Amino acid sequence: MKFDQPAGTNPIDRMKVVGKPTTRIDGPLKVTGHAPYAYEHQELPGKPAYGYVVGSAVAKGTIRSMDTSRAERAPGVVAVVTHRNAGKIAKGNFNTAMLLGGPKIQHYHQAIAVVVAETFEQARSAAALIDVDYARDGGAFDLAAAKVDAPDATGSDAPTAVGDFAGAFAAAPVQLDQMYTTPDQSHAMMEPHATIAAWEGDKLTVWSANQMVAWGAGDLARTLQIPPENVRLIAPYIGGGFGGKLFLRSDVLMASLGAKAAKRPVKVALTRPFMGNNTTHRPATIQRIRLGATKDGKLTAIGHESWSGDLEGGGPESATQQTKLLYAGANRMTALRLAVLDLPEGNAMRAPGEAPGLMALEIAVDELAEKLGMDPVKLRVINDTQVDPEKPERPFSQRNLVRCLEEGAERFGWARRKAPGQVQDGRWLIGMGVAAAFRNNLNMKSGARVRLSPSGQVTVETDMTDIGTGTYTIMAQTAAEMMGVPLAKVTVKLGDSSFPVSAGSGGQWGANSSTAGLYAACVKLREAIVSKLGLGPGEAVFENGQVHVGNRVADIAAAAKGGEIVVEDSIEFGDLGKKFQQSTFGAHFVEVAVDRYTGETRVRRMLAVCAAGRILNPTAARSQVIGAMTMGVGGALMEELAVDKRFGFFVNHDLAGYEVPVHADIPHQEVVFLDEADDKVSPMKAKGVGELGLCGVGAAVANAIYNATGVRVRDYPITLDKHLDKLGEVV
Amino acid sequence: MRPFTYERATSAQDAAAKVAATPGARFIAGGTNLLDLMKLEIETPTHLIDVNGLGMDKIEAIDGGGLRIGALVRNTDLAADARVRKDYGVLTRALVAGASGQLRNKATTAGNLLQRTRCPYFYDVNMPCNKRKPGSGCAAIGGFSRPLGVIGTSDACIATHPSDMAVAMRVLDASVETIRPDGTTRAIPIADFHTLPGQTPHVETALEKGEMIISVAVPKPKGGTHIYRKVRDRASYAFALVSVAAVIGKDGKGAVALGGVAPKPWRVEEADALLPKGSKVVADCLFAGATPREDNAFKLTLAQRTIAAVLAEAKA
Repeated sequence: MKFDQPAGTNPIDRMKVVGKPTTRIDGPLKVTGHAPYAYEHQELPGKPAYGYVVGSAVAKGTIRSMDTSRAERAPGVVAVVTHRNAGKIAKGNFNTAMLLGGPKIQHYHQAIAVVVAETFEQARSAAALIDVDYARDGGAFDLAAAKVDAPDATGSDAPTAVGDFAGAFAAAPVQLDQMYTTPDQSHAMMEPHATIAAWEGDKLTVWSANQMVAWGAGDLARTLQIPPENVRLIAPYIGGGFGGKLFLRSDVLMASLGAKAAKRPVKVALTRPFMGNNTTHRPATIQRIRLGATKDGKLTAIGHESWSGDLEGGGPESATQQTKLLYAGANRMTALRLAVLDLPEGNAMRAPGEAPGLMALEIAVDELAEKLGMDPVKLRVINDTQVDPEKPERPFSQRNLVRCLEEGAERFGWARRKAPGQVQDGRWLIGMGVAAAFRNNLNMKSGARVRLSPSGQVTVETDMTDIGTGTYTIMAQTAAEMMGVPLAKVTVKLGDSSFPVSAGSGGQWGANSSTAGLYAACVKLREAIVSKLGLGPGEAVFENGQVHVGNRVADIAAAAKGGEIVVEDSIEFGDLGKKFQQSTFGAHFVEVAVDRYTGETRVRRMLAVCAAGRILNPTAARSQVIGAMTMGVGGALMEELAVDKRFGFFVNHDLAGYEVPVHADIPHQEVVFLDEADDKVSPMKAKGVGELGLCGVGAAVANAIYNATGVRVRDYPITLDKHLDKLGEVV
Repeated sequence: MRPFTYERATSAQDAAAKVAATPGARFIAGGTNLLDLMKLEIETPTHLIDVNGLGMDKIEAIDGGGLRIGALVRNTDLAADARVRKDYGVLTRALVAGASGQLRNKATTAGNLLQRTRCPYFYDVNMPCNKRKPGSGCAAIGGFSRPLGVIGTSDACIATHPSDMAVAMRVLDASVETIRPDGTTRAIPIADFHTLPGQTPHVETALEKGEMIISVAVPKPKGGTHIYRKVRDRASYAFALVSVAAVIGKDGKGAVALGGVAPKPWRVEEADALLPKGSKVVADCLFAGATPREDNAFKLTLAQRTIAAVLAEAKA
């Protein structure tokens, strides 16, 4: 199905199942431990051995020599694979560095070997017996230093300019010009990267934790240089990803190489201390924002530049993305500059671009509001735009940012907010902060197969993934709505590369795109049923397990009496995304308390108001948003991969050193979804929320801290040492 | 993890003698730290002597006042003991500020004193570390030192001792009671139990080879207000940036010790006498001769301000 015209009325609009708060259909499997994650699959062609991955001890250099003989002789060891015996390995399309290093080393903890043994403990023990002699090279590990001569990014990341930014900024009666920094961050999802690989002849099956099944399978074939049809990737349940599992990673390659050498299935899970440097991370940014405004708060000049670094051939953290679209203003410029750094590979983490970009931009807007003596909610409202400010002929498909801000202010009690440093509660300094949330809506081609059995059971098959988001449930809701059957009559099978290729889970495109693909397949199934039952022509209504056409009616199961009906279709998106800017919006409100003695920040209340099209399942969507708000608190207050600029690695590479929020850090969280349906985005009229929930949270926390203390911190995370000496003397 | 052999000790002296006589042998009790370190091959014992079956898990009153806490009393049980809660509140507060419920259920009193530093360079076997591999150098100096020590450190090591409980024990003037391989016993004042790194950061305590902690004694109650204030980057389940243990009387006099700043619980007795004069002079005394690094110098300010918070709380 081609989606190139705004959606008219369709069966989803009934919203008898879609849009209803629905608990997860896979919930019972998960809470009883019956949902198999990557490392747990039992249906293997042989007894598995265990692989343990060895990482490079240096950030950059060459392996001069490698002695694996002691490891090979160690108890239980079946095989040791390194670059010397791995065969020819290529680089996948989605990778920047090689997943198997050697002799050249590109980053710290780049995989250089896998030791396969009868038990995990034997493999781990033997791995420590590999002796490696490195020639260490110097590298660039300091973004602030490398920033100086970093060139402009190119392609879709190239600089943009409209009007006369420099002139307008210089002439603006009120100006803001500030620098902001965000650190490298780790996805730190609960389930580490994990894979079981098994070869049967030339055919390779991997059970792996991967958000994008087709990308993963394709890059695995490319990396191993085998035909894509020889690879099957199975990922029915995934314990979180946040972008860390978008791509083929070393667990898959090393398990596959290990299994080939061992001639039996091999399990590999990356250990936690390995994840910080072996896998990808969100790159740090240094950002400069210049805002010029009239005295009554109209923005006349908006400039946003961001510097980030990556390995040679990598990409920038596109932190200026939202600045092109969020506020009106005739004169504007954005620029991304990319330095080459020899730190581990930077790549997408939840809301890449917007998350760190809004952390900076939405502090800048708060600062400008203060310069103007204007309420920061009002400043945002008066600079709203209903068109793409860089291309005013492009309207937004739907944009209710102002309602998010105003409704949020009302619900949160924003009017009670005082000037900075004015509210105390015992030893606590209290403050409120606000930030706009903005994340583009992306659509991806997505396919699905639907089966109708003689008993009336509807089975959905697609390689779409559920990374903890609730995909199983919204797919079941979509099929139930389309086919007029209860949820119990729908079976959903996900995450298998032998199923039709879907959008996958990333960029908050998964929910809308994959349900739209399923919508397309269900339209086909509906037509097949009507035709099989000879009910046409006329409008068909599917409900209660029956199909009505005019005054004719039949059980849908009857259509499959002679055998299962199987149809397949996909949704393909036309140019509506070009004609209309499709984005999601929200407003985050946060109240914090800062200990005036120690500078510790505790978040007291959080509210998000979101405008993201039709909400397919308010229960699952709320989970997405509160999870994202939690991640936002982490980014605001504690998360930072600490760079050692001499050795070139992230030092705090475990969950003791890389702190994420614990339960005690997170207060009451409230989420409100505006009642919307966006007919320009898909037949589902839905957009994503999984990343929107993160966008702006950090700045809302930062602005609340400023409101509490009167001390502005522009470098994340806002740990107590950043403002401690400015909180006033205590004796 | 390297292969190792394992046996259960039959008595405290048996355990001490076996560790002394067996190369590469170590005691194991709760194992909450040792096993993690063994998996990373930071610790590589070849033989483990399990002391969990030796009793030593009682908290008993000492004649003339005070409590004797068995080496194997779990952190959870120690924190919850009615006598401890009533008379040694700083100890309970320190214990519950540490680790998680699950870890405290397993971790022992003696093991808590003997836990190793959480310096991230100590934890990464690719990095030089004089504590892990004597003579290899210290990667933390000149590196990421934000969580590390500002006083009592040396040019060979700037690691901190991670314990909360030990800081409370220090302010309570506890003594560590041990048995040696020959069966003799002694009591080591907590002040002398942990050693400073100097040029031998791998030596962390006054214990001799095979010498085993059998109990920790706290003297009769000091009275006063007991406070343990732990400051960290998140609300729970993190090691201290700075912690303050204090017992303060109505007259403003008392005792104070710091965690998170030094290779051992940090107390300077002269600073105690300054408590009535306010946090600044106390902090100045505690940090005389401090050698902070660029990214942990804030700990001096933080400690002073946290002491101020504690003094305000004691007064309230």
